[in-house]
Amino acid sequence: MPPRIAVVVYPGTNCEHDVVRAMERLGASADLVWHGTSSLAGYDAAVLPGGFAHGDYLRPGALARFSPVTAAVAELAAAGGPVVGICNGFQVLTEAGLLPGALQKNRGLRFICETVDVEVSSGDSVLTAGIAPGTRLRIPINHFEGNYTCDHETLAGLRAEDRVIARYVDDVNGSTDRIAGICNPGRNVVGLMPHPERASDPLLGSEDGNALLGAFLGAATRVSGGSSPAGGPAR
Amino acid sequence: MDVDLAMTDETPTDGPGAGAGSSAAGTAGDRAADGRGGATGLGPAVGTGLGPAVGTAVGTPPALHRALGLTDDELAEIRRVLGREPNRVELALYGVMWSEHCSYKSSRIHLRRLPTDGPGVLVGPGENAGVIDAGDGVAVAVRIESHNHPSAIEPKQGAATGVGGILRDIFTMGARPIAVMDPLFFGGLEDARQRWLVEGVVAGISSYGNSVGVPTVGGELTFDPCYALNPLVNVLCLGVLPVDRLVLGRATGAGNLAVLLGSRTGRDGIGGVSVLASAGFDGEEDGAGAAAKRPNVQVGDPYEEKRLIEACLELLDAGLVVGIQDLGGAGLVCATSETAARGGVGMDVDVTAVPLREEGMTPDEIMTSESQERMLAIVTPEHLARVEAVCARWEVRASVVGRVTEPPPDGPGVLRVLDGFDGAELAAVPAGSLSEDAPLYRRPLLRPQDLDARHADDPGRLPPPADAGADLLSLLTDPSWVYRQYDHQLFSNTVVGPGGDAAVLRLAAPGVRSTDRGLALSTDSNPRWCALDPRSGAAAIVAEAALNVACAGARPSAVVNCLNFGNPEHPEVMWQLSEAIDGMSEACVALGLPVIGGNVSFYNESGGHDIDPTPVVGVVGLIDELRAIPPGIRLTPGSSIVVLGSPAGGGPASLAGSRWAVEVRGHRHGTPPPIDLAAHRALVDLVAGLVGDQVARTERQGAGKTGVGGIHDVSGGGIAVALAEMALGSGIGFEVSGVADHRELFGESPSRVVVATTDPEVLLARAGEAGVPARVIGVARGDRMVVEGLVDVALEDARAVWRHRLPGALDELAASS
Repeated sequence: MPPRIAVVVYPGTNCEHDVVRAMERLGASADLVWHGTSSLAGYDAAVLPGGFAHGDYLRPGALARFSPVTAAVAELAAAGGPVVGICNGFQVLTEAGLLPGALQKNRGLRFICETVDVEVSSGDSVLTAGIAPGTRLRIPINHFEGNYTCDHETLAGLRAEDRVIARYVDDVNGSTDRIAGICNPGRNVVGLMPHPERASDPLLGSEDGNALLGAFLGAATRVSGGSSPAGGPAR
Repeated sequence: MDVDLAMTDETPTDGPGAGAGSSAAGTAGDRAADGRGGATGLGPAVGTGLGPAVGTAVGTPPALHRALGLTDDELAEIRRVLGREPNRVELALYGVMWSEHCSYKSSRIHLRRLPTDGPGVLVGPGENAGVIDAGDGVAVAVRIESHNHPSAIEPKQGAATGVGGILRDIFTMGARPIAVMDPLFFGGLEDARQRWLVEGVVAGISSYGNSVGVPTVGGELTFDPCYALNPLVNVLCLGVLPVDRLVLGRATGAGNLAVLLGSRTGRDGIGGVSVLASAGFDGEEDGAGAAAKRPNVQVGDPYEEKRLIEACLELLDAGLVVGIQDLGGAGLVCATSETAARGGVGMDVDVTAVPLREEGMTPDEIMTSESQERMLAIVTPEHLARVEAVCARWEVRASVVGRVTEPPPDGPGVLRVLDGFDGAELAAVPAGSLSEDAPLYRRPLLRPQDLDARHADDPGRLPPPADAGADLLSLLTDPSWVYRQYDHQLFSNTVVGPGGDAAVLRLAAPGVRSTDRGLALSTDSNPRWCALDPRSGAAAIVAEAALNVACAGARPSAVVNCLNFGNPEHPEVMWQLSEAIDGMSEACVALGLPVIGGNVSFYNESGGHDIDPTPVVGVVGLIDELRAIPPGIRLTPGSSIVVLGSPAGGGPASLAGSRWAVEVRGHRHGTPPPIDLAAHRALVDLVAGLVGDQVARTERQGAGKTGVGGIHDVSGGGIAVALAEMALGSGIGFEVSGVADHRELFGESPSRVVVATTDPEVLLARAGEAGVPARVIGVARGDRMVVEGLVDVALEDARAVWRHRLPGALDELAASS
């Protein structure tokens, strides 16, 4: 059966419709799930889209961490379900402790919206499975706090375990090791600052994001084959 | 009757907060105030605003009305309307509603000359936004406004709340806002204060627009000393909606409830329409005067607005509201009186039911506060519970603050302000008297006496440049420093973002059925020409904006305008406005474009100096089939470079009011070039057809073979800058010949387009069929920009200069100072 994908919506999230539309272009479907939902039972995978969850007040992701749905995302992740946090979603995942490190303000202290070159550095994650390391993708970034940082030990671990899944080709925002995306040790939870859904249609100038979204759908499909939801998805 | 005024004291336009009063361009139901004695020659406005004093002041009414910005004549008119002496609360209501900002009392008489009808117009001027039919059951809502004075005082919040206000004007129509554009005007960047303003304004647009989740897809960036103390921050918003979700800001049905949605009401922004922009600046804006006005600027909360957008659109989708209206300038009194007047009803407002941010607010403060992120929904009692549930889900506050009432049998609906629904009556005025009965002034006009001398001093007589290449480099600026800070891609609709002749979007939005249709959007201005000839200048900017959307393959379909002018008490300024409106009308009629909305911003002056007249227009173009990205501002290797169109009346292009004359030589005089509107329309139609075929991927009678690889209109900087921008946009150089001299190189005569094509013969033939002059001037190749005998510059050098100009001024200069 086709995978059940939850696209999580916090108040202030704004990329949810774009993610759903990009999924639909790939022949899949996805449901919007409100942040007050405390269970993702019935869903095979979850996307935390970009935006400004809870206004990004205090710090991006700092309040979203306490929304009921975030605990449900953690449960899904613990059960091996594919989870990807895009941009603000990546920030939420680090604040929630599902991924290490933090996203600080860009070097230069300005918001950056532009299409950049991103290089896949590991093909071993739910977002990059099947994509050869070294593959370059043209994908937009759109963030103020996209400058990935972590301590030396964490960085060494990420490198040793091949958990840096994508790097910027140029140093666009000051990120440590030009990191654009990482995954957890289980490789089923990924955070990515660039927006693959914004590179999903030739009219937008790039379709390169579809490789990533397609890989994620593949991972979700594999999971759905293994777990049969008892009932319909909880709303 | 209209009122002729030689001089008056009064309140300004351009108050903070969008949506005060209605959309301006063209008016329906203007009514002149009766019983006015004409010129009275009152003293200068006192302009101390409302403030806490109003509710408690112990003063004679005459002192009070002047403090509220009302003239003695206006007080007499209020007495006539009420048939009695107004009380303090009532005076406060009239003070804000009869301000220039809300009432357009100086401009309405001119605005009615604009053409406002057209086959696709669903909603013209007079509502919160204009709406046109885009086909397939989808409509487009557009509005443009200014937020000039708030941004001059507190650039970040001033610009941010400008964005917030314009968004409310769009979603109050039932439309999902999908695009914002920001035409910005500052003084020169060598001045540290200008750098502070630019930084702040861009940060305000970026922080609010990005967070609220509406992409900023374009705008304009103009530097001129006339804006140093009075920058202009205009903001346009476009939304899309299913035609059947269109809703108007009107209250109907006695017994229906007025529900206030969103933020609590505070003392922020009180008197915004009457104090902040109540006069020009005194020229010492870094001083105590500006600091004292800073509390009149509101602070925006994009997170509140984002939830308000989603809640309101959900309410409209579910059909739970009878009418809805945003709260902007003049706050609750504006929203309640306008909805009641439009619906032909009255309204009772209970000020004790309004959720407040602070204690001790007086009734007139509550009624006139301009606190941001608020909406007023008219709801039937049986739908109230569902409305409250939707709002609760989006964490949006909803409070019943008013009730719709029947008008008395013998008169118009009454707006009553009550201390509790069963409590004391604090004010009672005919609802329509606050908006529709506002005064209408016919101010004196005076053609500037030095105009003929300025026209005669043509820059064509200036000595030619020693190095035209160096002059060209000095005119190149890459604006990406600005738009890189704006999310211009959200909703995955942006096919051409900032930096093009026009932004191009898919006509789509969450909740709106997707189609193959698209739209193009351009904002344009030309204060250099408008300073010399506001009539031809205003005509030319309509023409330029129409040509810009045509360059993206769109059919120009509607116009909105934002008329930024100086002090209307200066007869020269009123002459400029009148001329500009006539020029705009002529161009709109000739090009078949209705004006569907607008805004007038007066009192853009400082130290007694008015800004140059700066009408700004936004043109919306429709694209029936958007299947390919338009060619854009670029060259393709080996293509022929063709110029379509020629200067009206023959002869070389004019340098009068050109960027070269003004910015390079400091020469601001001359007679701006004429525009042949019939020839311009032929060019617009030709270009829209050529590029439209390409974006639709259709071939019409060999049209596809015209092979348009790049296209750019000729505007500021003339053919030289047009070619250079095409080269910089593609990394391909050019070799051009047959350009006679620097006048032809930098002259800015309108109605010209540069095209890079692989099949010039077909293009020339098609131009010939359309009656549009066309000639091949060169070829795209190499890595140099060459105009034989005039320019020979390495593309790499040009790129460095072009790229570095803004960051060099804003990042490095700022860092070193």
